[in-house]
Amino acid sequence: MTLHRITLKTGADLQTFRKAVRWLIAEELAPQHVMFAVDDAPGLFGNETVAEAPPVTIPKGVSRLIEQVVCHSDPERYALLYSLVWRVLNGERDLLEVASDPLVHRIDLMARSVRRDLHKMHAFVRFRRMQGELERFAAWFEPEHFILEAAAPFFVDRFRSMDWTILTPIGSARWDRHELAFGPPAQREDAPVEDSFEEGWRGYYESVFNPARVNPTAMRAEMPKKYWRNMPETAAIPGLIQTAAQRVERMIEQEATMPTKRTPERALEAMWDQEPKTLEELNAIIAKAGPLVPGATQAVFGEGPHHAEIVFVGEQPGDQEDLQGRPFVGPAGKLLTKAMRETGIGRSQAYLTNAVKHFKFEQRGHRRIHSKPTAGEVKHYRPWLMKELELVRPKLVVALGATAVLALSGKATPITRSRGRAKFGAYEGYITVHPSYLLRLPDEATKREAYEAFLGDLRRIHDLAQANLETGELPLAAE
Amino acid sequence: MDEKLSKKLRILADAAKYDASCSSSGAPKRKSDPDGLGSTVGTGICHAYTPDGRCVSLLKILLTNYCLFDCAYCVNRRSSNVKRAKFSVDEVVTLTVEFYKRNYIEGLFLSSGIIRSPDYTMEQMILVAKKLRRDHGFRGYIHLKTIPEASPWLIEEAGLWADRLSINLELPTEKSLEQLAPEKDGASIETAMEQMSERIEEAREERRHFSPAGQTTQMIVGADETTDADVLRKSATLYGHYAMKRVYYSAFSPIPDSSAILPLKSPPLMRENRLYQADWLLRYYGFDVDEIASSTEQGMLDLDVDPKLAWALKNRHRFPVDVNRADREMLLRVPGLGARAVDKIVVARKHTTLRLEDVARLTSGLKRAKPFLITADHHPKARLDKLDLRERLIEKPEQLSLFV
Ligand code: SF4
Repeated sequence: MTLHRITLKTGADLQTFRKAVRWLIAEELAPQHVMFAVDDAPGLFGNETVAEAPPVTIPKGVSRLIEQVVCHSDPERYALLYSLVWRVLNGERDLLEVASDPLVHRIDLMARSVRRDLHKMHAFVRFRRMQGELERFAAWFEPEHFILEAAAPFFVDRFRSMDWTILTPIGSARWDRHELAFGPPAQREDAPVEDSFEEGWRGYYESVFNPARVNPTAMRAEMPKKYWRNMPETAAIPGLIQTAAQRVERMIEQEATMPTKRTPERALEAMWDQEPKTLEELNAIIAKAGPLVPGATQAVFGEGPHHAEIVFVGEQPGDQEDLQGRPFVGPAGKLLTKAMRETGIGRSQAYLTNAVKHFKFEQRGHRRIHSKPTAGEVKHYRPWLMKELELVRPKLVVALGATAVLALSGKATPITRSRGRAKFGAYEGYITVHPSYLLRLPDEATKREAYEAFLGDLRRIHDLAQANLETGELPLAAE
Repeated sequence: MDEKLSKKLRILADAAKYDASCSSSGAPKRKSDPDGLGSTVGTGICHAYTPDGRCVSLLKILLTNYCLFDCAYCVNRRSSNVKRAKFSVDEVVTLTVEFYKRNYIEGLFLSSGIIRSPDYTMEQMILVAKKLRRDHGFRGYIHLKTIPEASPWLIEEAGLWADRLSINLELPTEKSLEQLAPEKDGASIETAMEQMSERIEEAREERRHFSPAGQTTQMIVGADETTDADVLRKSATLYGHYAMKRVYYSAFSPIPDSSAILPLKSPPLMRENRLYQADWLLRYYGFDVDEIASSTEQGMLDLDVDPKLAWALKNRHRFPVDVNRADREMLLRVPGLGARAVDKIVVARKHTTLRLEDVARLTSGLKRAKPFLITADHHPKARLDKLDLRERLIEKPEQLSLFV
């Protein structure tokens, strides 16, 4: 039987190879009757005319492997890949699973070498800024395999807003911020010869080296010498290795010196004095941090007398609160104020605040619909709430609704089961519903009933705060 | 680049290099916006290697090496006479962006000595991250060192901008901390670690950004008397309680102008290496800490053979293992077989019976594996019980240090 000669272009000629495989399989030509040659001037020898043939179905893993291995510089790659395809289609469909098979093993090593080269190209390309007004960058790189096309998308993803060119002996890639274009091979001289940040970078590289750990073998295993010529920092390597031993000896021999600065007691004391000491200071910190979920107009702080007897903790500011910058001024807040008045809790006795300090909503047309804070969001605000309590030092902390309970106790607990007296860390507490719950109830009768129950809770809260006053028990500040 | 900035960079990079972590892994995959900069890839990229074999991935610097603390093992402690410098927030931002544009780095790893107050220092670090993300649309990797003495809300905020947070425990026991780092406090370190691990977990469930690449920590080995077994026990706790992504081990290394209370000698690099290997056994090979501890000598790992081999030598009754039949768990315990080789073996043997030369294609550790393995054409027989087995399997000392 004659030998069929298939000619491919230099580089990773996936297209021709695919077409050839379709035809060879259709013609049932076994690998030993096929020869693959890489040639830029086809037609000199008696080449096969590869005709169109129907597609061949091969497992995904095999086609992925082919895509990688065609990039390899070994001229035998096509023949090896064709043998693999042939065996997969002739009774060894799961051949790739037999990693110990000599052919699979060899192709796997080739694929690994290609992947490594790709990885090293992503790592070791060094851009230099080109002369001129506009910010443009260019790099010269010498890959081991035909990987330019495969490597380029990484640079697009990373440097999308930059104008850059990568020049290599096997072709060039240019990204102009809109389009990626491949061009002809280039030469080292085509790239800029320096960059104003290179010196700083080399200085950085020298400084992070620890002479006491010198190990050039390990370095070369990961950064083979062939890459060094195009990496500006590597110029420092010989010097670093040469002086390492001396540097370490000097460190070891040097006597410990006396500190020139004495123990800075005052600075140390001042250092620990960082905690906010007033609600104003705390609120300034909260305001500066900004909302966790974007959208809120402003942070809404707690309101009420310092050292109030009772702290009411709600969920989060609503639409009205967000606009006015004050807590409990919307419909639910008005209901709470009414209920407080009816049960004899004066505003001068109570401090009102929220677990979460910013309004979170969904925009629906012109309306901003309240959306419930997640557990993670509540916890984000928790340290501030804890500090707030520490500064107010109330006798009783009231959780209005489940979010407040989560914020105060750190755990999610359903209201129905925990309603009534509670402990929040060192604080005496009380759990009841959020007034907005009362507003949401569908019919008047249940609404009235629920409101009565709420008033009942408030009366007990009032009494508890009084009782605490009488026994003179002061809650400890939370840790 | 401005010469003054270059000088600062040298000082503040030198001061940061004793932190072993440089990894840029674990962040969710991101691409840059049309007018932003930066991307992340799953495993991270090492952009260069220094002659100590370590990877340069992130711009690892301190905001300042002025420090009010006095940790004996640290070059930056207040009582040291090293040169000091301080970056402005904008200088760090510029360096990160310009280095990134030239493809020198994956992003920033920012740490700092403690100046003025822990809160002030932490705020400055957060500001750097915030500016990078907001003003430059920076999508590259950011790792922030957390200061455990800072207020808890600053930790909350740091996680919003960083891909990874870390607090270095540095010393595995409370006693060593007291002696060598008088201002630090083990309890507040662990409180902060707990806060971070909770928030990381919640954010993952809620698909929000909070330090998505998790948290890591570092322990110094060789500065105090803690044994390897105790170091590993501490690691197991840290992995278990705080879902650490990694615990780094850093061989205590001589520093310029070092403290009189610490030993001055070459860093115990081999010990560090063995600890890393043992750490892998804990995380990926199904070993528990007591098994590893039981194959140490008085709590210290065997420096001549790797910890898996050390365990196998002490547990010879569990071998030989038949490569064509044994379950995955037991194969993972065979010296010289890595997890990847084991996976390949398990798949390949469904289709073929493995011989010695087949196994040779799947692992580079066949020499160590051979006495413990049965293949279709090989049985170690009595060789497994020979007393000189350990001696024959000792690795040729690698060139790990010039000063042995
Ligand atoms: S806190 Fe301690 S370890 Fe950190 S920089 Fe200061 S002296 Fe060094």
